Amino acid sequence: MSVLVNKETRLLVQGYTGAQGTFHATQSINYKTNVVGGVTPGKGGTKHLDRPVFDTVDAAVKATGANASVIFVPPPFAADAIMEAAGAGIELIVCITEGIPVRDMIAARQFLQGRKSRLIGPNCPGIITPDECRIGIMPGHIHLRGHVGVVSRSGTLTYEAVGQLTALGIGQSTCIGIGGDPIIGTTHLDAIQLFNDDPDTHAIVMIGEIGGNNEEIAAAWIKDNVKKPVVGFIAGQTAPPGRRMGHAGAIVAGGSGKASDKMAAMEAAGITVCSTPADIGQKIKERLSS
Amino acid sequence: MKIHEYQGKAILARYGVPVPKSRVAFTVQEAEAAAKELGGFVVVKAQIHAGGRGKGGGVKVCKTVDDAVEASKKILGMQLVTHQTGPQGQTVRRLLIEEALPIEKELYLGITLDRVTGKNVFMASSEGGMEIEEVAHHTPEKILKETIEPGIGLQGFQARNLAFGIGLPAASVNAAAKAMIALAKAYDDSDASLAEINPFILLKDGRVMALDAKINIDDNALYRHPDFVDLRDMEEEDPLEVEASKFSLNYIKLDGNIACMVNGAGLAMATMDIIKYAGGEPANFLDVGGGANEEQIKNAFRILLSDTAVKAVLINIFGGILRCDILATGVVNAARELGIGIPVVIRMEGTNVEEGKKIIRESGFNFPVADGMKDAAEKVVKAAQ
Repeated sequence: MSVLVNKETRLLVQGYTGAQGTFHATQSINYKTNVVGGVTPGKGGTKHLDRPVFDTVDAAVKATGANASVIFVPPPFAADAIMEAAGAGIELIVCITEGIPVRDMIAARQFLQGRKSRLIGPNCPGIITPDECRIGIMPGHIHLRGHVGVVSRSGTLTYEAVGQLTALGIGQSTCIGIGGDPIIGTTHLDAIQLFNDDPDTHAIVMIGEIGGNNEEIAAAWIKDNVKKPVVGFIAGQTAPPGRRMGHAGAIVAGGSGKASDKMAAMEAAGITVCSTPADIGQKIKERLSS
Repeated sequence: MKIHEYQGKAILARYGVPVPKSRVAFTVQEAEAAAKELGGFVVVKAQIHAGGRGKGGGVKVCKTVDDAVEASKKILGMQLVTHQTGPQGQTVRRLLIEEALPIEKELYLGITLDRVTGKNVFMASSEGGMEIEEVAHHTPEKILKETIEPGIGLQGFQARNLAFGIGLPAASVNAAAKAMIALAKAYDDSDASLAEINPFILLKDGRVMALDAKINIDDNALYRHPDFVDLRDMEEEDPLEVEASKFSLNYIKLDGNIACMVNGAGLAMATMDIIKYAGGEPANFLDVGGGANEEQIKNAFRILLSDTAVKAVLINIFGGILRCDILATGVVNAARELGIGIPVVIRMEGTNVEEGKKIIRESGFNFPVADGMKDAAEKVVKAAQ
């Protein structure tokens, strides 16, 4: 078991024939992900990486029965790509693109209201269920199949945590990179709820960073609902206020979004909060064996 | 992107938000001409990208043209220190000369993104002229909010709710509501990420005006606003940060002495944190990105080393798309070209890590390769002492 993606996932790639789309679709295919085709407007009817290319997501869904899509479309067109996928009824939309204007994401999020699609990202590494399905840009080989769910706003910091777990022989059920933008689809809370309901996930790693209050919202829910061990880390404890730390959403503004507030909320919820990211793997090991 | 008060007011004026008569001045002569034109009774305001200018001595009310000239001489070129500039302050290079107005009441208007709902929220408060963070902390009930519905915009009734709510007299409510709707429209059309009018003033004669304007533009949306490109004032930015942005490197200068080079924003923040945890002080935040190449690594190195406070460098890379062997080659080549004279600690993990370590070992440089982030932080803190 796992959450959201598995062997049955039928993946479409938007921005399929571009450099990023080609590189990462190839990686996903090598990871035995069921990539059923791709979309590049104007290249419909051709083949790429041995799979059909379509002009529209709608046509691709009708022909292939795709139920997930990953977006490698440049920022000016990415929100449109998200809405196209939702309009075509794709259940899981994973948007990797970094640098989408906030105004476009306000529109995209509004468009998703009342539709059945779930969005992961944007500005995220994607989602992986080890040995079954890789959607995004993460290095597949560092993962190990197992029972720890990982949710994080950061890409490489997720790899760091996963690398530690794998080195300790602790596998992962599913790892979800929810993205570093101010407006994202799936939040910490959404991911935690999925992991909590998944009988095959025995423990959860929750990695956050400065900016917004999604970690606090998730912590409040964990306090009342989650019995599984949760280990957390917040990046940006030393970040100066008012500065955007690489991610568009990583900013302490007007006294809110501070690392210390998030860590306090998580500790109050019974989460084991690591003071440095180097401890994440070890803390999970301790929580699982106690 | 931050813009100056006078630039923000120009945008607002185009949308019909009332603003005082004013002129921008780059020299004392220009300031004098502006003060004459405006009748002598003016306010001289330093234009820098930071708030708290009044308290720092960057805003002076002047009764005559001579006063305005004196004030301009004092402020132009001064190193203005406010709670937002840091102790070194910011050099004042531009002035706004503005008509002085009889103020009845100072109010606050602002727009920002509510990240939880994914919609913009319009805020108004009767407590103008003070730090809005302070108001939010001590008297949150004095900040009124209305959600701006995407595609629909701020509606008349919402603006009236706010205008009456912050205690404007009935005779001024329509004008204030009109200004609020105009502000919301300007915000949306400009791809702004923050707007603050503090204070928004009620005049003795019942008119309302934006006496200040702080507007930030979403960097990711600048491509569709070619007319905003000229608004960027490079002199307000750190020169190393400007240099880094030319190479798509995300660099933020800090006050410590341990430089770090990391791929990914989250890991870069976490690396700063662990340096601090190990007893050191990070000199910067630097995210070279997921797909960095040799050239970018070289430039990143050059920028790190041009900060003279730096005593040691920590490179922390988790190779995903960026392979460790590419990183190692970039580091070794940069070290050769730049002649690095300070300790460099390297920590690599992920794709092609063994090849990367081999390149470092065989390079002839005595760069310690650390085992894990904690070890790396401890080694680099020791090296910087």
